[in-house]
Amino acid sequence: MALTTAPREIDNSDAPSGEMPDRVPWFQRFMERIGALWTLGVLVVIVIVFGAVAPDLYTKAAWLATSEYAVEYLILAIGQTFVIITAGIDLADGATLGFSSMAGSILMANMIGSHIGGGFAATAGILLMLATGAAIGIVNGVVITKMKLPPFIVTLGTLTAITGATDLLNNATEVTTLPGFVTRLGTESVLSGWLPVTVLIALVLAVLFGYLLARTRFGLRTYAIGSNEIAARRAGINVDRHLIKVYMISGLLAAAAGLLVTANFSAASPIAGANDELYAIASVVIGGASIFGGRGTMFGTVVGTSIIAVLTTGLVLANVQSFWQQVAIGAVVIGAVAVDRVRTKVGTD
Amino acid sequence: MNGRSDVTSHPVGDGSTPVVEVRSITKRYGSIHALHEINMKLFPNEIVGLVGDNGAGKSTLVNIISGALEPTSGQIYVSGREVSFKSPSDARDAGIETVYQDLALAPDLSIWANLFLGREEIVRGPLGWIGWLDRKTMMQRSVGDLERTRIRISSVTNRVGRLSGGQRQAVAVGRAVAWGSQVILMDEPTAALGVEQQAKVADLIKNVAGNGTPVLLISHNIPQVYEICDRILVLFHGRIIAELRPSETHVDEIVSWITGAALFGAKANA
Ligand SMILES: Nc1ncnc2c1ncn2[C@@H]1O[C@H](COP(=O)(O)OP(=O)(O)OP(=O)(O)O)[C@@H](O)[C@H]1O
Ligand SMILES: [Mg+2]
Repeated sequence: MALTTAPREIDNSDAPSGEMPDRVPWFQRFMERIGALWTLGVLVVIVIVFGAVAPDLYTKAAWLATSEYAVEYLILAIGQTFVIITAGIDLADGATLGFSSMAGSILMANMIGSHIGGGFAATAGILLMLATGAAIGIVNGVVITKMKLPPFIVTLGTLTAITGATDLLNNATEVTTLPGFVTRLGTESVLSGWLPVTVLIALVLAVLFGYLLARTRFGLRTYAIGSNEIAARRAGINVDRHLIKVYMISGLLAAAAGLLVTANFSAASPIAGANDELYAIASVVIGGASIFGGRGTMFGTVVGTSIIAVLTTGLVLANVQSFWQQVAIGAVVIGAVAVDRVRTKVGTD
Repeated sequence: MNGRSDVTSHPVGDGSTPVVEVRSITKRYGSIHALHEINMKLFPNEIVGLVGDNGAGKSTLVNIISGALEPTSGQIYVSGREVSFKSPSDARDAGIETVYQDLALAPDLSIWANLFLGREEIVRGPLGWIGWLDRKTMMQRSVGDLERTRIRISSVTNRVGRLSGGQRQAVAVGRAVAWGSQVILMDEPTAALGVEQQAKVADLIKNVAGNGTPVLLISHNIPQVYEICDRILVLFHGRIIAELRPSETHVDEIVSWITGAALFGAKANA
């Protein structure tokens, strides 16, 4: 929106200028600092503890397994961060991942089957994936804002519908005929094998969207809407349009995650993305975002995702039965929310 | 004070164009008649008081002029031109700034972000479209905006959720004063303030009006309204039942109009 009026200057010569603003008590500042670092501290502790139990955690293989595992959840969590900061939720992002990657992969397989060049097929397929994801996000956003329905209900509905639609697309079977470009995406790496391309892409996305959230007008308005929607409307923000964009971003990122998952497995699976939304939401919440909106950071989300990934790998390396992983992650989520509650009570509100 | 001695030279209907005029504004919520055929004009340099009991319709009228509510019927004119506000941003663009009764602040945002929300200063990026917030400029201007309210406030980087009720009110008032170029509507801007702070805001309002911008002031503090307003409109069950001038009335009479006693009993004295 264009700036139409400049703030007015009023004669203020008689205003007291020597009056110093009162300072924030030191413990409040301390708690806020802790707020950003607290989750990072937990991550460090988890790494140390599991490293002690299973020294294999410090190997290249464990790093690659952990980071590649995290890619999918991190990209979903990036979009989920925006959504949760607006006091919304996107339960459909895992299903969107599955549907969009299936749709794009079917197109690619058919094009290859019709002897169309792999590069052309890859371009068309990836564009279709991203467009599909964005479209699902837009539908979510439009239904939520125009019909004034709770995000939880709307995205629960799309989650269910899209999951079914994914199976319809290819009779619930995998698509494995993929262009070389896509499969290479899942195997290539940089920094002498230490940084898989998929991990690099996820990190670049985290930085770009972190910048969008923390430094731009779009980001500021995202926080404003989650903090007090009426205030945002009265400040002249087109809240509906903004929310639609936020859900579109979530859908778009789900599709991007879908592309990388497809690349990693060299196949589009009908069950790809199932239950992913739970991990994405958990990552964001562990990272310190408030499900009541208005609060959260991309840095926190990256740390939150890392905690879940390290926990998962660590439990595997420590030979803990896999069912315990979910129990552990659930406990961490509840713990994170509980700590956040204590923290906000102590002084930051 | 503040060079406002010329204010009384703007009596209603002296021929100058009102900055804001509402004609026959009616607002119904279902069967509730919140406002009935309201006519009101605000002239340059004026401070107009709008008083009335709880539920009289004061906030409803303010929210209609500020674009937050649409009237059931009636027209609004700004500088003689009819306007139709579909949203608060339309009214803001027309230079109408509002201190809402609920303050309309985002508690999780810093003070400077609240002051600039919806009108952020941005630095254009290299491609021209992906810019970033010009925090430094906004913070600096925020300090000045708040100094005008002369209410002690924490640093502009603090979150509004951490401020006291009075400090929040100061932020809302500071925002309205900084941006209101045509008219400023204040819905109980001093309700949470102490005596000394109320006087500071009263001075600020006089200062603003002295510079030409009319202020519509809603308050339950009748002595304050009596002291600083040029005209006082009394709203009673959605109708303006009296227009009083401080020079020709006194606090007790205003109160008797607010309660409706003047309507039914002492009307002859009015
Ligand atoms: N959203 C709404 N739906 C139905 N009725 C409403 C709504 N908002 C206000 N009203 C009614 O309209 C009337 C006027 O309310 P309004 O808020 O304008 O009063 P007010 O004069 O500002 O009161 P106060 O001094 O308590 O702030 C009241 O009877 C109120 O109950
Ligand atoms: Mg009111």
